[in-house]
Amino acid sequence: MTKTIKSVSNPKMKLEVLSQQEIKRIHAATLQVIEKTGVRFPSARALEIWASHGAEVDRGKMIVRAKPDLIERALALCPPEYPLAARDPLQDLLLDGNHVFVGTDGCGVEVLDLHSGTRRSSCLQDVRDIARIADATAEVAFHWVPVSAQDVSPGTRGLHEIKAIWENSSKHVQTESIYNEREARAAIELAALLVGGKENLRSRPVLSLMQCSAPPLGHDGGSLDAALVAAEYGLPTGFMTMAANLTTGPATLAGNLVVGNAEVVAGTALIQLAYPGAPVFYAAAQTASDLRTGAYTGGGPEDFLYGAATNALADFYKIPLSMGSFATGAKQPDWQAGVENSLSTFMASISMADMLLGVGLLHGSRIWSYAQMMLDCEIFSIIQKTLQGITVDEEMLALDTIAAVGPGGNFLTQKHTHKHMRGIFLPQFLDRRPYSEWEQKRDGPVDWALEKARRTLASHQPDPLDDRVSAEMGRIITALEK
Amino acid sequence: MTEELFKKMAQSIVDGDSDLAVSLAQQAIAAGLDPLEAITMGYVIGVNQVGASFACGDAFLPELVMAGEAMKSAVATLEPEMQRRGTTRQVLGKVVLATVEGDIHEIGKTLVGTMLSATGFQVYDLGVDVPAARIIETVKETDADLVGLSALLTTTMVKQKEVIDELDKSGLRSRVKVIVGGAPVTRDWVEKIEADGYSEDAIGAVDVAKRLVSGS
Repeated sequence: MTKTIKSVSNPKMKLEVLSQQEIKRIHAATLQVIEKTGVRFPSARALEIWASHGAEVDRGKMIVRAKPDLIERALALCPPEYPLAARDPLQDLLLDGNHVFVGTDGCGVEVLDLHSGTRRSSCLQDVRDIARIADATAEVAFHWVPVSAQDVSPGTRGLHEIKAIWENSSKHVQTESIYNEREARAAIELAALLVGGKENLRSRPVLSLMQCSAPPLGHDGGSLDAALVAAEYGLPTGFMTMAANLTTGPATLAGNLVVGNAEVVAGTALIQLAYPGAPVFYAAAQTASDLRTGAYTGGGPEDFLYGAATNALADFYKIPLSMGSFATGAKQPDWQAGVENSLSTFMASISMADMLLGVGLLHGSRIWSYAQMMLDCEIFSIIQKTLQGITVDEEMLALDTIAAVGPGGNFLTQKHTHKHMRGIFLPQFLDRRPYSEWEQKRDGPVDWALEKARRTLASHQPDPLDDRVSAEMGRIITALEK
Repeated sequence: MTEELFKKMAQSIVDGDSDLAVSLAQQAIAAGLDPLEAITMGYVIGVNQVGASFACGDAFLPELVMAGEAMKSAVATLEPEMQRRGTTRQVLGKVVLATVEGDIHEIGKTLVGTMLSATGFQVYDLGVDVPAARIIETVKETDADLVGLSALLTTTMVKQKEVIDELDKSGLRSRVKVIVGGAPVTRDWVEKIEADGYSEDAIGAVDVAKRLVSGS
């Protein structure tokens, strides 16, 4: 597995952001909210499923109230681990709780053009280009739809987007941009072409569908129906809460965790009631709204705490987690982007979130930056290296070498040094040059990152998608457009 | 005594206390005070005070919204008395607000509504998932000056254009200004669909709305 894919695995350090008792308390509070306050499910099908399992359904308001026992029985059916299959089986990702994989962020609406640097609306070609560059990196393990293909019809946009990614990368595709039943059914047809039939999707889910909830305490009808379609065919699906302090959630962190958890837990239970044992994941990108404007912030200490706390909850439910990290609120790749993306990704990684979303977007997941994409990849590499920790054994203690060098010598010519020097992290985008060189060139990490993206796009040849498969996908999409 | 009551009214807005604002309005009616005076010499003073502390960074959005809600409740309580006396409150303009068809995202739109009504606009909030036809109908019924359209998804954002096209077809476009909002809305989009204005947040939306109705 993961031939060319970088992941955090067996970290040498741990972080306990919530005690077991605190997690249980949040869980109990969540069950109380689902039972007493209820969660809105604006989908006829979803309400039918809840009613048939004995939940209290208010059809007028489309609010479901379910007993703790029903929720807990449903959650117990979730598979604790499963693979995200890739078009290239060597790049399958096992969500087993011991791997942290990174995806591209999504879904932006503007792009800082790779060549001119100007900001413009995103289009289908951007989806292709970003997928191709992501395919070449070791850090990006799977794709989200990074930006919206606004130059194609909204009715089939989600399908054009996943087709474009498959044509430019052999890694797993998780779409966050298909949120109605019609497109979800067509997406199943497209995915089936990659694995020789729908029946094979269960063992080789080359596509997964992420849905957003509608906080506080609600879901979107189309999203629910799309998630149910995914579960029907064994494609992993999950609900992402973006409940935000002050606006769509309480001002307090624990309270906001309860609101988000109630949305995700109730949505997940619905999937299990409909399709017991279907692969599901927990997804979250909680944040605090800005105190002055109410806007989405995309960073700050609250986000960092959510990154770790949500994983504690997902672990408690034994469900893989897809966690919002990176996704800075910064307007360009700068100090703020570095601080926010490093800390959010560190907190989510040390807690072993299974999927991190993701690299490349600025301004609260709205503007794609190729430079930021590359810099985010390096942030992940630094964190991955850090979490490997310090190994203390005879070889690493290097006592013989220390004795051989003695006081006042140096270690540069030692065999031990030669043997282990490649264990030292070699950055691509940290400026360690002499000051005089910087003074002369006045360039830096952002320039190098952009240059690397340009070079990669120009040179990388992804494992091609069979022309016939591609044409067939095109026919399915065209048929839907008629 | 009246002075005292006006002060309390202003304070109820500063404290964002809707219940108190309503009960003070009832007291004012019982005492035979002019509701318009209660608004301009009482409540509005509070709104201005909160606005000023917000502007210098001392107050936060929740305080602004709570003040807005309290103001709305007070005005609603005074409304019947104003009608009885045949007086009307001077409004800055009439605004029809909606989240477009296919989209259920509410909070940004609602926030804009609260801010506009606190500033002195008459707001007709149609809620979420609102078809273009209903928006057009309401614009006609209310003789609105402004239409505010919210969308959170790139796939529903196209409905903002649809509403503008429909306004055009029904001959209303020259009579109303259209403002749009939502996370995916950019200046490019606003220019493309020929909307009259947009803002990235609710506070900014008030400035845009004021500017548009004053015609400057």
